[in-house]
Amino acid sequence: MLDYLAEVTMSILQKQKERDPALGYARDFIGAIESVLPAVVDKGVKVVANAGGVNPRSCAAAVKTVAEKAGAKGKLRIGVVTGDDLLDRLDALLAQGHQLANMDTGEPLSTVREKVLSANAYIGSVPIVEALGQNANVVITGRSTDTALTMAPLRHEFGWSENAWDQLAAGIVAGHIIECGAQCSGGNCLYDWRSIPDLANVGYPLVEASPDGSFVVTKHPRTGGRVSVPTVTEQLVYEMGDPHSYITPDVIADFTTIKLTADGENRVRVYGVKGRPPTDKLKVSIAYEAGFKAVGTLVYAWPDALDKATLADKVLRERLDRLGLRFDRILTEFVGANATHGHLAGDQHDAPEVQLRFGVRGSDRRAVERFTREIAPLVLNGPPSVTGFAGGRPKVEEIVAYWPALIDKSVVKTTVEIIQ
Amino acid sequence: MKVRLVDIAHARSGDKGDTANVGLIALRPAWYDVIARQVTRERVAEHFRGMIEGGVERFELPNLNALNFLLHGALDGGGTLSLKTDAQGKVYSTALLRMTIDVPDTEAKRLELPVAK
Repeated sequence: MLDYLAEVTMSILQKQKERDPALGYARDFIGAIESVLPAVVDKGVKVVANAGGVNPRSCAAAVKTVAEKAGAKGKLRIGVVTGDDLLDRLDALLAQGHQLANMDTGEPLSTVREKVLSANAYIGSVPIVEALGQNANVVITGRSTDTALTMAPLRHEFGWSENAWDQLAAGIVAGHIIECGAQCSGGNCLYDWRSIPDLANVGYPLVEASPDGSFVVTKHPRTGGRVSVPTVTEQLVYEMGDPHSYITPDVIADFTTIKLTADGENRVRVYGVKGRPPTDKLKVSIAYEAGFKAVGTLVYAWPDALDKATLADKVLRERLDRLGLRFDRILTEFVGANATHGHLAGDQHDAPEVQLRFGVRGSDRRAVERFTREIAPLVLNGPPSVTGFAGGRPKVEEIVAYWPALIDKSVVKTTVEIIQ
Repeated sequence: MKVRLVDIAHARSGDKGDTANVGLIALRPAWYDVIARQVTRERVAEHFRGMIEGGVERFELPNLNALNFLLHGALDGGGTLSLKTDAQGKVYSTALLRMTIDVPDTEAKRLELPVAK
């Protein structure tokens, strides 16, 4: 199982596809499949990945090409799942009354319609199970959910029916645990972090699943990291919303029913998961252009580092004001004093150094561009004991923002093709 | 007596849009109840006052000896819009662990809670 798609990845892939119609998928996947090809061809290992991005068919063609080059011609059955991409249907859907309102703000999509770069429904396990049922040994999807990539193979293997809610929910929990790679096996683990061994060779997680839905999380022997109740618990609460309702296209999983027990060294047994029927909606991932931003930094040294950085912030704001530059947002942080924990960090007036981190955001590219030229002069014209400008002028970034929405399930039809 | 959350719990946080979540997990199962009783929605909202723009939601997961908090409006717009260092809310977890709670002496002794220095 390989998960490639973060929230705004689809828009980056869409831009690549606009430049070259043969692109728009996660190109890293081609190298990955090449490296595991012997296992797929000789040992019968199956691979499921949402590497197709906005162009699953081209991704499949590229996989086919590398397989043929490696002498595995005709040995791959590639299942291609399409139907998640709603970009070309967007106006028709809006005209039919699908508002695609922003789930966070309630705004209708019409407010940013002309800035939309990509729109994809998160699809569930059904088409992946179908592809596996047609003996695909590599399944490539577009915007399937991260968790479906794990749940679908379990559902295929154990023949779980579409209303085996507890088992399906367990499959989702398994997916949630392993979807961030080693973040459940010792990576980013706060619990007893100094004692976690050999992170340079961290073991990626494995799930040993059973037909009843219980499973064991573990990792390969002789790898670093750790699988324990605390490492798995930290991953379970990661990006958690309402734990009673982890909503997916296939099932709603109740994370308050999950039970964990240690099951030997680097083994955690997960059981007891309860699920219930899903809603009649799918979540849609929409990406749109949302202006420009730039962040500049300078470092001020002791004594009075924080006071110097504070004065520099004041000077910079006054400069921007005098230049008549307007932004939607200006944010100043003092790294080393308050950037991560705000006022909770307490008094940092004796800090050895403080980094002034000054960010602006706005719809006017020229204003953001002009701001980036105001950092360097502060070194000579501003408060003393300043350094750390070796990186040069800050870069202006185009912002591609995420617009989460819901759509009726009935309007999204997925298709499975097998490419031999 | 005063007890620091950092001495009795661990945590991980993440994001959903402009909302950060913090999962707070008791270091020992026996410490879950005192954490669940003391670390209320109101206390967390007070703790983060001035750092977040929206409200706080709180969920209990006794099965994991954990609480989950949603901190709304915590990420300067969130995702790619945010200008914050911690745009994905990754370290709100340890910011919550800065909280100190007050536990009756007898209970603290019985539970072997580490005393704040």
